[in-house]
Amino acid sequence: MVNKIVADCDAAVADLKDGMTIMVGGFGDPGAPNQLLDAVRRRGIRDLVIIANGAGSEDIGLGGMMKDGLVRKLICSFPNYPQAWAFRERYLKGEVELELVPQGTLAERIRAGGAGLGGFYTPTAVGTDLAQGKEVRTINGRQYVFETALYADVALIKAAKGDRLGNLRYRYAMRNFNPLMASAAALVIAEVDEVVPVGSLPPDDVHTPGIFVDRVVLYQA
Amino acid sequence: MSLTREGIAYRVAQDLPEGAYVNLGIGIPSLVGRFLPADKEIFLHSENGLLGFRSADHDERDPHLVNANKDPVVLLPGAAVFDHAWSFTMIRGGHLTHTVLGALEVAANGDLANWRVSAQQVPGVGGAMDLAAGVRNVWVAMTHVTPQGRPKIVERCHFPLTAPRCVKRIYTDLAVIDVTPEGLVLREVCPGMTPQAVQELTGAPLTVASDCRTMTLPQEFEGLALVAEGGPAA
Repeated sequence: MVNKIVADCDAAVADLKDGMTIMVGGFGDPGAPNQLLDAVRRRGIRDLVIIANGAGSEDIGLGGMMKDGLVRKLICSFPNYPQAWAFRERYLKGEVELELVPQGTLAERIRAGGAGLGGFYTPTAVGTDLAQGKEVRTINGRQYVFETALYADVALIKAAKGDRLGNLRYRYAMRNFNPLMASAAALVIAEVDEVVPVGSLPPDDVHTPGIFVDRVVLYQA
Repeated sequence: MSLTREGIAYRVAQDLPEGAYVNLGIGIPSLVGRFLPADKEIFLHSENGLLGFRSADHDERDPHLVNANKDPVVLLPGAAVFDHAWSFTMIRGGHLTHTVLGALEVAANGDLANWRVSAQQVPGVGGAMDLAAGVRNVWVAMTHVTPQGRPKIVERCHFPLTAPRCVKRIYTDLAVIDVTPEGLVLREVCPGMTPQAVQELTGAPLTVASDCRTMTLPQEFEGLALVAEGGPAA
């Protein structure tokens, strides 16, 4: 019998290693796998490359990993808000590298990685500093910049419901990057608010099919 | 007289048509949702995968419902929820009809600079470049000049560009200006302002439209306009 349910967050991330590239879902608080991130922080693995929309908030989740200096490089769209002080302090000291990516380009680079593509041409960022050094090509009279796909060692994601087969369902704004990241990493670990029996999620309501998910762990209230 | 931040947002909202699909940026644009005409169905879009919402009152907050500004929202009947790839398919694919963005500068050719001041310590871009490059009607809502009195409508942007030649219309505390292939066209001025006074605070030439008019502000909202001695809204 297939059973992707893992006992707790520490067990779920026990084989993560220094130097890994890790995608982190969430946009603000909704959909952020904060208990998995806290477990990564407890493991204290370092030299990580993180792919996320933001840079964490306060001392929570990704923010806590930033505070502890576990991150070598951040690939993200929006790290400049007051609550991201842990990232800001390390960035200004030169202790963490930043690759800034327009938000839609970030989403599509992840989608492309999960879809087995090498990259894509986008009109976003043409004629700006963020296109510097990138191939620009004219297609049907319009300029596009080439962006490469992103693929990670691990994706840490969050959903509202999950079953032992790894089928996931989100609620409202939890979805954001999570379904994309579920397709774009070698190991996908989902934190869920509720574990439900197989068959209780109607097939039309499965947002992320279990084929993409390796481990499911229950959020501890 | 000049418009307050709310006044600029009110004026923008009056021009959104029935059936518009609209993404509102941070700052003054985020206020536009308060003034959407009640007699039109207009759908707000948020980068994080929401279409068809309004701001939440304090007693109706849901931890899983925030917009891209991280402000609490409520989904309206007919709303849809989707992931980031779909959300930016709507943006980049030209499916949204309008976006209203703040700006540091707009050039006479429609170049937009709104994502980074040169000396900023930590850069961030969010969805600004996708919106500017992808949405059919890019409108800017901003103050006409900086707090130091420097024009924000210029011949050439000094700040790093968000996208070239993307802005179609500019709403400020003093005027409504269209960006056209023939240059900037002054469509409306605030009560008490003349086209010449607007030109003096603008860093690029304005053509005054033959039907240029003085905007009218409704009585039912308070706080849309400032009296002259305070100067333009900060």
